Amino acid sequence: MEQNHSQTDSGQCPVSRRHFLKGAAGVISALALGACDAKKLEELMQKHFHEMSKEELARAIARLESEYAEKYKTAIKVDATGPMEHTLFGYALDLSRCIGCRRCVYACVKENNLPREPQIHWIRVLELDKEKGVDLAHANSYYDAETVPREGHFYMPVACQHCKHPPCVKSCPVSATWKEPDGIVVIDSNWCIGCRCCMAACPYGARHFNWADPQIPPNEINTNTHYLGNRPRYKGIVEKCSYCIQRTRQGLYPACVEICPVGARKFGNLLDPESEIRYAMETKRVFILKEELNTQPSFFYFYSL
Amino acid sequence: MRLSFSRELLISIANKESACCRIFSMNRQDQVITLIVILLVITFTCLSFFLFPNIGNTAEEKTIILPKLHKAAEENIAVPPPPFSEDIFPCSDCHGGRATNPQRRKLDEPHDNIVFEHDAQHRWCLDCHNATDRDKLHLANGTLVDFKESYILCGQCHGDKLRDWKVGVHGKRMGSWNGKKTYLLCVHCHNPHSPRFKPLQPLPPPVHLNKPKILSH
Amino acid sequence: MHNSKLVKFLRGCFHLVIKGNAAYYAWMGFLLLLIIIGVGAYVRQMQYGLITTNMRDSVSWAFYIGNFTFLVGVAAAAVVLVIPAYIYHWKPIKEIVILGELLAISSIIMCLLFVTVDIGRPERVWHMLPFIGKLHFPSSLLAWDFIVLNLYLVLNVVIVAYILYKSFSNEEHNKKFIIPLVFFAIPMAVSIHTVTAFLYNGLSARPFWNSAILAPKFLCSAFCSGPAILLILLQILRKTSNLEIKDEGIWKIAELMAYAAFINLFLFGAEVFKEYYSGTHHLLYHQYMFWGIGEHKAIVPFAWLSLFCNITAFLLFMIPATRKNFYTLNIGCLLIYSGVYIEKGMTLIIPGFTPDTLGEIYEYTPSLNEVLIAAGIFSVGFLVYTLMVKIAIPIIMGKFHVDQPVVSSRTHV
Repeated sequence: MEQNHSQTDSGQCPVSRRHFLKGAAGVISALALGACDAKKLEELMQKHFHEMSKEELARAIARLESEYAEKYKTAIKVDATGPMEHTLFGYALDLSRCIGCRRCVYACVKENNLPREPQIHWIRVLELDKEKGVDLAHANSYYDAETVPREGHFYMPVACQHCKHPPCVKSCPVSATWKEPDGIVVIDSNWCIGCRCCMAACPYGARHFNWADPQIPPNEINTNTHYLGNRPRYKGIVEKCSYCIQRTRQGLYPACVEICPVGARKFGNLLDPESEIRYAMETKRVFILKEELNTQPSFFYFYSL
Repeated sequence: MRLSFSRELLISIANKESACCRIFSMNRQDQVITLIVILLVITFTCLSFFLFPNIGNTAEEKTIILPKLHKAAEENIAVPPPPFSEDIFPCSDCHGGRATNPQRRKLDEPHDNIVFEHDAQHRWCLDCHNATDRDKLHLANGTLVDFKESYILCGQCHGDKLRDWKVGVHGKRMGSWNGKKTYLLCVHCHNPHSPRFKPLQPLPPPVHLNKPKILSH
Repeated sequence: MHNSKLVKFLRGCFHLVIKGNAAYYAWMGFLLLLIIIGVGAYVRQMQYGLITTNMRDSVSWAFYIGNFTFLVGVAAAAVVLVIPAYIYHWKPIKEIVILGELLAISSIIMCLLFVTVDIGRPERVWHMLPFIGKLHFPSSLLAWDFIVLNLYLVLNVVIVAYILYKSFSNEEHNKKFIIPLVFFAIPMAVSIHTVTAFLYNGLSARPFWNSAILAPKFLCSAFCSGPAILLILLQILRKTSNLEIKDEGIWKIAELMAYAAFINLFLFGAEVFKEYYSGTHHLLYHQYMFWGIGEHKAIVPFAWLSLFCNITAFLLFMIPATRKNFYTLNIGCLLIYSGVYIEKGMTLIIPGFTPDTLGEIYEYTPSLNEVLIAAGIFSVGFLVYTLMVKIAIPIIMGKFHVDQPVVSSRTHV
């Protein structure tokens, strides 16, 4: 397998020291692994998303697909569609409308293959006191009631804010997370080392760690996945909302927008002056969460009333 | 004059030199401390330089100004049919030829399920439903409106909502953010007779972050 | 010829470490046992994932990283000994500097182990290697930490190995080689702890750490805890080996610790004033640490205990009578060590995460598995230290050198 590697490399360019070093690292790890099979080794030696050639990426995807097929007993498509031109995704959420029903939370779970056990929710719906306003110290995300909204409360769902200056990206020691040109902050699940710096850095609690092997019932798996988004993930790495990259890069609304029964969630292209998101930003009372941190989220909260 | 100037300069340089010499002729301890201080200053300067906030941030500033996109044309928007109760439409099946009764009253079957809470003090059926063409609604000025376009009727009073709805900020849009979408009518979410959005049962709260029991694998 | 000297050296080292008295074997056996238990716990963690710890999304760094931070401090504290010894040619300390540097080496090894057990995918750690992986430098503070810690480790290993090997060979040190290295080690020692402080300090998401005072506070507390371990070790070594360590040297270190402890307390006071007087929302974290929030009070006893230890130890070190009395001195050492250990291990990291960024309170205390792994790592550190000291002392004392490559087994550690 190592030979194949250097063949493809030398086919493109003369073997540089960098490639040599990579090869050397490969050999060392191979020795260290001992009895590991070729696929495991290939997984271990997989390059960073940005450094893979087209062929290497295709190979990696093929490997992932076969891995998933084996694990979940169904064919899972891993897509790697790039960003669209002239697109900068933005999100707006109408706090006057949200009733805290958590439909979005579970639509997200299903769409994005979130681990059911140990449970991860990319969206956290906070119940806040109308009297206290947006005061996170008094937020409660465990509310349960016969019906919502509850008297005297309002609701604020929080997920990744896809900041313009993402502190998580800055803190990652291995560049496993970055901001795509269309504004989506993504993670390469095969590059993350699970150090959790990004979790400490994120002011929005948007990043979640796979504390154990993520369990998803095979019959509930979403087979339409993206490499940088909802493909099944691993134990020991961090994951987060990707604005449903597998949908939005195909022109679809994110799953949470589709499900929201009160239409509180708005999504679109910030660069399109006629998008509903631009309209909301220009005509409504808008705020961003923790503005003082200068993270400049692309996720806006607004009041339509 | 030029000469004397340069002489002064020389003298001052010489003085400085002697000052330097004095530094170097400090006792050893002081020298060393000076050296440490210099080293520390250099280290911290390097650190603070590299830690400048946005160095290495992969998020690039983008200044793309878009050519005006085609107006999200009306034909790109689909609206599902209005949500009638089963077998209730067309109204003319029952009401056709029957005399109208504009009186406020307790409604009989099959309309006894209607709870009327829509400015009930001032409104009654025929303010919106048309008395002659029973399968239509009518505006305040008498214009007939199809049930499929009921939003025009709603917009008579709720103009701000209608405006927001048209641009997609009020109400729900589904489909494609950059193409064909589906809007819902006002009446899909708001019962026209009792328009306040009805409370919902929330889906279950997240599992409490509790400490692990001994793993059950 | 050179080769044969190296062979002699290595063979001598081997003889030194395998021979010892009953106490030595018992100590080593004890450490090995703890290491085996620790490895077992780590295997379990690898098998099930970090769910075997009590860390969760809310408190995503905890005991491991706390220990890491503490040990970086211990490693940095070697500088306290390096400065006077090398620069002032101050006799009483110079002979024991090497032991301080050995402590730094074993601490850094423990630090690296703590980081390793904390990460979710240790097999991907090659991603951090410059050129081979994709180290996010200079943007990521952990990348900085990774570089500085490894550099500091290499530097100390080189210095110690060079000095010991030269002594073994009965040769003079080449001052032109060693002095610049020592000089470089001083800012490095400061920088490892500074960078570690910046790792937390730079996180605007966590107001508890986002204060400029954090790095200086780290350094001060390190200059308390590092020498505290050393003082105890020196006294043990004095008893168990023939190494001559003068009282004067020990007292001098204790005096330096008193200064450090004072500045540490002062900075702490400055922080408490700022938080409580301004009374912003950020007070919440101190509130949680000292009083608890609602029924969540898990960390409160630790916070007060640490404060009590630090103040008492400071008093013991400040008053000359108690500083020069070995009984009270040792109590002071234990107190300041525990004070700083609790501070770094528990009350630095956990209140930083509690309440979390969305206001949720998850009460963290380490799980048994975490404690076992930590104990295992400490045992590795002690083991490495014991072995290195076992070799270093005979060399320092001139009992193990090129003309006498095998030391009689009567020299004990």
